[in-house]
Amino acid sequence: MSLLVGIVVVAIVVFVATKSWPLFQHNGLSWLLGGGDLEAEINKMTAATTKPAASVFHLRAWPLIYGTLLTSGIAVVLGMVIAVLSSVFIVELAPARVSRIVIPMVRLLASVPSVIYGLIGILVLVPFVGNHIITTHEKVSVENVVQLTGAGLLVTVVVLTVMITPIMIALICEALGSVPPSWREGAVALGLNPLRAVRAVTLPAIRPAIIAAAVLASARALGEAVMIEMVSGGKFFSPKPIDGTVFLFEPLRTLASAIVDLRDGIDAPALKAAVYGFALLLLFSAFALSVTGYLVKLPLRKYQTRG
Amino acid sequence: MSWRWGDRLALAAAWAAGISLCAIAAAIVLYMGYRGIQYLRPSLIFSRPQASLTQAGSGGFLDPLLGTMLLTVIGIVLALPLALASAAWIAEYGRPSWLARIVESSIEIVAGTPDIVIAIFGLAVFQTRLLAPFSFTAEGGGVFGLSFFAAGTMMSLLALPPIYAATRDGLQAVPGHQREAAFALGKTRITTIRRILIPSVRSNIATGTTLGISRIIGSTAIVLLLLGTSRIEPQGAFPGINVLRGTGSSLTSYIYENSPAGEGGAPQKAYAAAFLLLIFVLVLNLIVDRIGRAQANATGLSPIGAVV
Repeated sequence: MSLLVGIVVVAIVVFVATKSWPLFQHNGLSWLLGGGDLEAEINKMTAATTKPAASVFHLRAWPLIYGTLLTSGIAVVLGMVIAVLSSVFIVELAPARVSRIVIPMVRLLASVPSVIYGLIGILVLVPFVGNHIITTHEKVSVENVVQLTGAGLLVTVVVLTVMITPIMIALICEALGSVPPSWREGAVALGLNPLRAVRAVTLPAIRPAIIAAAVLASARALGEAVMIEMVSGGKFFSPKPIDGTVFLFEPLRTLASAIVDLRDGIDAPALKAAVYGFALLLLFSAFALSVTGYLVKLPLRKYQTRG
Repeated sequence: MSWRWGDRLALAAAWAAGISLCAIAAAIVLYMGYRGIQYLRPSLIFSRPQASLTQAGSGGFLDPLLGTMLLTVIGIVLALPLALASAAWIAEYGRPSWLARIVESSIEIVAGTPDIVIAIFGLAVFQTRLLAPFSFTAEGGGVFGLSFFAAGTMMSLLALPPIYAATRDGLQAVPGHQREAAFALGKTRITTIRRILIPSVRSNIATGTTLGISRIIGSTAIVLLLLGTSRIEPQGAFPGINVLRGTGSSLTSYIYENSPAGEGGAPQKAYAAAFLLLIFVLVLNLIVDRIGRAQANATGLSPIGAVV
């Protein structure tokens, strides 16, 4: 029966790969690059419902990949800082009474469904950013290119950070708990204050766990689809850092959220190949990340006393 | 002991990070609670959705609620035996070890696969001719691959890893003398697993299942791709089976459809449904917490590793 799980994994790869084959057939690997008008290409794919010509398969999906990397990257970096600080807080600094409240709260944040995050994002944060934070001047400055409603990079990154931080906290707390207390006690006995002891001894000891946490959290961030589709503005657009502060408010779309958006048109053969291509890319990234996470965690084994 | 400015700053930052996470969690619950009390009415829960242009005429979310429950049942019924068998095999047999490693990593891969990818894989599987009887089929013979059965099967992939991991960890923590005592009494390995080991890790299984349930009820992508956002539409003649073959919706897809991101534009109903969903999640959280605490009391282990 356990073999069934292995078969499922193989089936996932095989099915997704075969369905995306036409995309690779027509584009090679260059569909990962930029330089085309993605929105026009997708529209052409959606329109061609039967027997599409070879030219319809033409795709340059870099904006989606860029959107995915941008949102996940920023969210993971922000989240890592918050996660390290709050894990140290939970395990080392907070009085037992406080951490008894903080731990369930963090667990709660981890278990809120993404659609609820999306709902709060789209109904609360997006209007707030749109009405109060973006100035009229900023809206006018780019109105010929794109409309700024509030849905965009900033809200996406904020919500995504809140979603992935608890995962990192769980892994970092676990590692902090496995560091032998005598190490830290030794440092304190040498005259370091508790905070310095953490910085000098405990954090270096669990560095592999911190990196592994970041890697696993980015796997989670890459795959987040529904929340991002709700709050990112849902446009085939790449935010440009060159635009200054407006950059933060520009809409975008990621690989995963594009799948959600394009789900209704999936019977068009060209679009189907493209969507399965996105899924294949996500699948391989997630796979690569979990292998990386496993590898970086290996050195940590030597500290573990049990399990 | 002197505290330098840098240290004080770092200390303040650590406190701020911890407290602000709490504040965010509290804000989410309180805000959803406020909106929920404002908009959730019993009539919404007990009436079916209607196709209507106005918010007042579009009915409630009885169907999505039933859909969520049905998906949970299907997902857990499929995942539980698979997860238990895998965990028991890994923990108690685990030979040959290369095979064990393959099984372990497969489950880890499934756990790491984004649910949108699982959803689209499900679509590919259930759109094949062979599996056409299991899903919604158009008059002309087109296979859409949408059904409760399809969505539920994919949901079981979401629930599998937590149940498996919890059970395996529990089995590995069972002291060896319990097994030896059972063998000494002449029990076979299989009976030992069935009669002694599985019952003794009941609370681990319960924790894993609860985590699995909360993953299932929270998943939106699978429902959007494999079930749709409609009322429960049975397909075929046999009662019971026709529902499994038909399409429907769940609370998550209802929320998505009624939010400004979907078509409906009925944010009040989205809030009400989200409130109900959040209550389910909170209750499931509480259950996990209770089981964990009871277990910690029984074994004297601190539950620090189980923050999430």
